[in-house]
Amino acid sequence: MMRFIRSAFVIARRDFSATVLSKAFIFFLLAPLFPVLMGGVFGGIGARVASQAEQPVIGVIGPTDEFDRLMSARKQLGQAIPEGGLLKIVHYAPEGDLPAQERKLLSSRNPPLRAVLSGGLEHPHVIGSLGADPGTAGQLRLLISTALADSLDQEPDIHVTRVETSAGSTANDRMTTAWVAQMGLFLLTLMLSTMVLSQLIEEKSNKIIEVIAAAVRIDAMFVGKLFAMLSASILALIVWISAGAIFIQMVKHGGVQSLPVPAIGWPGFLALAVIYFAMNYLLFGAAFLTIGAQASTAREVQTMSLPVTFAQVLIFGFAAKAIGKPDSFDALAAMIFPLSSPMAMLARAAEDGAWWPHLVAIAWQVLWVSMILRLGAKLFRKTVLKSGPKLPWWRFGKAS
Amino acid sequence: MLRQAQHERIDQALAVQAIELVKDFGETRAVNGVNLAVPTGSIYGLLGPNGAGKTTTLRMLIGIIDPSSGTRRVLGRERPLDAASEIGYLPEERGLYPAMHAREAIAFMGALRGLPMSEGRRRADALLAEHNLQDWARKPIRTLSKGMAQTVQLLGTIIHKPRLIVLDEPFSGLDAINQARLEELIRGEARSGVTVIFSTHVIAHAERLCEQIAIIAKGRVAFDGRVDEARARLRPIVRLRTRASEGPWRSAIPSGARREGDEWVFELPGGGPEPLLKALIDGGAGIETLAIERPGLHDAFVSIAGDAAAAEMGQEKPQ
Repeated sequence: MMRFIRSAFVIARRDFSATVLSKAFIFFLLAPLFPVLMGGVFGGIGARVASQAEQPVIGVIGPTDEFDRLMSARKQLGQAIPEGGLLKIVHYAPEGDLPAQERKLLSSRNPPLRAVLSGGLEHPHVIGSLGADPGTAGQLRLLISTALADSLDQEPDIHVTRVETSAGSTANDRMTTAWVAQMGLFLLTLMLSTMVLSQLIEEKSNKIIEVIAAAVRIDAMFVGKLFAMLSASILALIVWISAGAIFIQMVKHGGVQSLPVPAIGWPGFLALAVIYFAMNYLLFGAAFLTIGAQASTAREVQTMSLPVTFAQVLIFGFAAKAIGKPDSFDALAAMIFPLSSPMAMLARAAEDGAWWPHLVAIAWQVLWVSMILRLGAKLFRKTVLKSGPKLPWWRFGKAS
Repeated sequence: MLRQAQHERIDQALAVQAIELVKDFGETRAVNGVNLAVPTGSIYGLLGPNGAGKTTTLRMLIGIIDPSSGTRRVLGRERPLDAASEIGYLPEERGLYPAMHAREAIAFMGALRGLPMSEGRRRADALLAEHNLQDWARKPIRTLSKGMAQTVQLLGTIIHKPRLIVLDEPFSGLDAINQARLEELIRGEARSGVTVIFSTHVIAHAERLCEQIAIIAKGRVAFDGRVDEARARLRPIVRLRTRASEGPWRSAIPSGARREGDEWVFELPGGGPEPLLKALIDGGAGIETLAIERPGLHDAFVSIAGDAAAAEMGQEKPQ
């Protein structure tokens, strides 16, 4: 056993140094910036499109005082509805030919009006494309009726006593934490998977594989390679988490303390996050190292990357079923299926405070990591080194 | 039962012993019942034409691949990887990490065999200096010439002071100077009690270095023994030039004799040189020159590998 660990360590040390001490690692550390930047760019475009689609603009033709009353009503409504969900209203002074003015406004692109309200508050008439949008018409009715009410400024006085949390808000916050954690785990593993796929290409193309295979057990080499990548990833993870925490501290009011607390508590949750990241990485890594070991060239690895990525997305979708209902059948299945188990269990840690399921799950995942690694080493010896006696497939597990 | 019987036949004193090793790759049998006995401290050559099964045999002996059947025992252990720290192996296809420094590459190869990195670096410095490569110690492998890189890999093979060194076609790709250096290195290791096994298809190296050889042809061992025993399998060659072209002396020339220019070339008949000389003189040959040459290992190799190939085909080589 000591020789196995020592051999794995020698391989891991070489791979870790080769990864971390390369210039490419700095580029790797910048990797999360790209999804953040992409999110920012596409989010901005999406928000603008959504704002235009979800915030219809209504032109109001009529006297200024009536428009002011409508604006007051809108302001009052704004206390209940977020700004993004409110109608926008724009005032236009009446011109001589009302139908011509309505047509001109509806064809105008600045601003692009959804409808035009005329006829005053007493006899309102709306012309526009509201057929498939009952919400706009309904909101317009609410605005007019509020504007028509006599006591716009008389609001009932409700005494509000604020509490830190309630069951509803806590559940919601924890769901968000579960979702964010699961997504983070998924993205990290996705990023690393193609790197793991190509882990053995270097040894194969340099022909050093034979020197290694003559000196150490193949499974020790597999374990060494996996742990080297894991160590490099954890190093990167520490950098990313620290940078993220500093960013939140600088940008968010209240800093990291304002983040919703997971059910299992922050220290436990962070510890489990690291463990489940390691498990998730080792499970996928062992599987991908096994798949990648069958490839002889970088081209073959690239060809394998697409189905591997789709498989990961599918498994992520399966694990996401555990969010919000940790005790459901779907969640249980996702926690048992080895490849989705770490993601599903991390979501559970955010929503459920019990520790014992995590201990069981970690043991279960360790078992699967070792099984996949053993199978991978056997496959490698069998298919790459062409080693061992010929056995029928049902006795493959007994091959030397 | 068979396995037990094979175990009983294993000689503990030998550095390497293989009994009936077989290796199949799918439907192809690459090695077909190889038996080897390599004495401790010897230089042992594995000779054979390309594709004979030398590399596969070596890979089985050091544990890179397992045999389909048969038994091997290396430095007293049945699982070669258990003796990995005492074995040095130079594969036919050389390989090093291109970005690694020469010194680190040697130390890394030692670490794979259980040598601590710090000690590996210390020994690497000494070995590189010994081979006039100290200026390249901290240069990446990719900047080294092919010969230098091969030397670095060879130094990595012996860094941990193994008891058994296995070299697969070690001379290929080396120039004459480096070949001579390598021969000297092999002799030096053997002098210090290390067993060296190397494969080659260049007979001259084996002839100069080996005490014992195995000739492999088509996956089988056609010969296993001392070099002079291999030579002794062939009769001495007679080269004869006569003044007379015809006469009664012609009956003394064996039927298999061939002409090479003005000379008759044939194996010395079983009776030895005296009856041959008498028959030639009495028959009026008018001997101009007569030379009796001891056959070289090359002749023995061609003869033995040819015999094995003929046997595979189910045909005997014509005498």
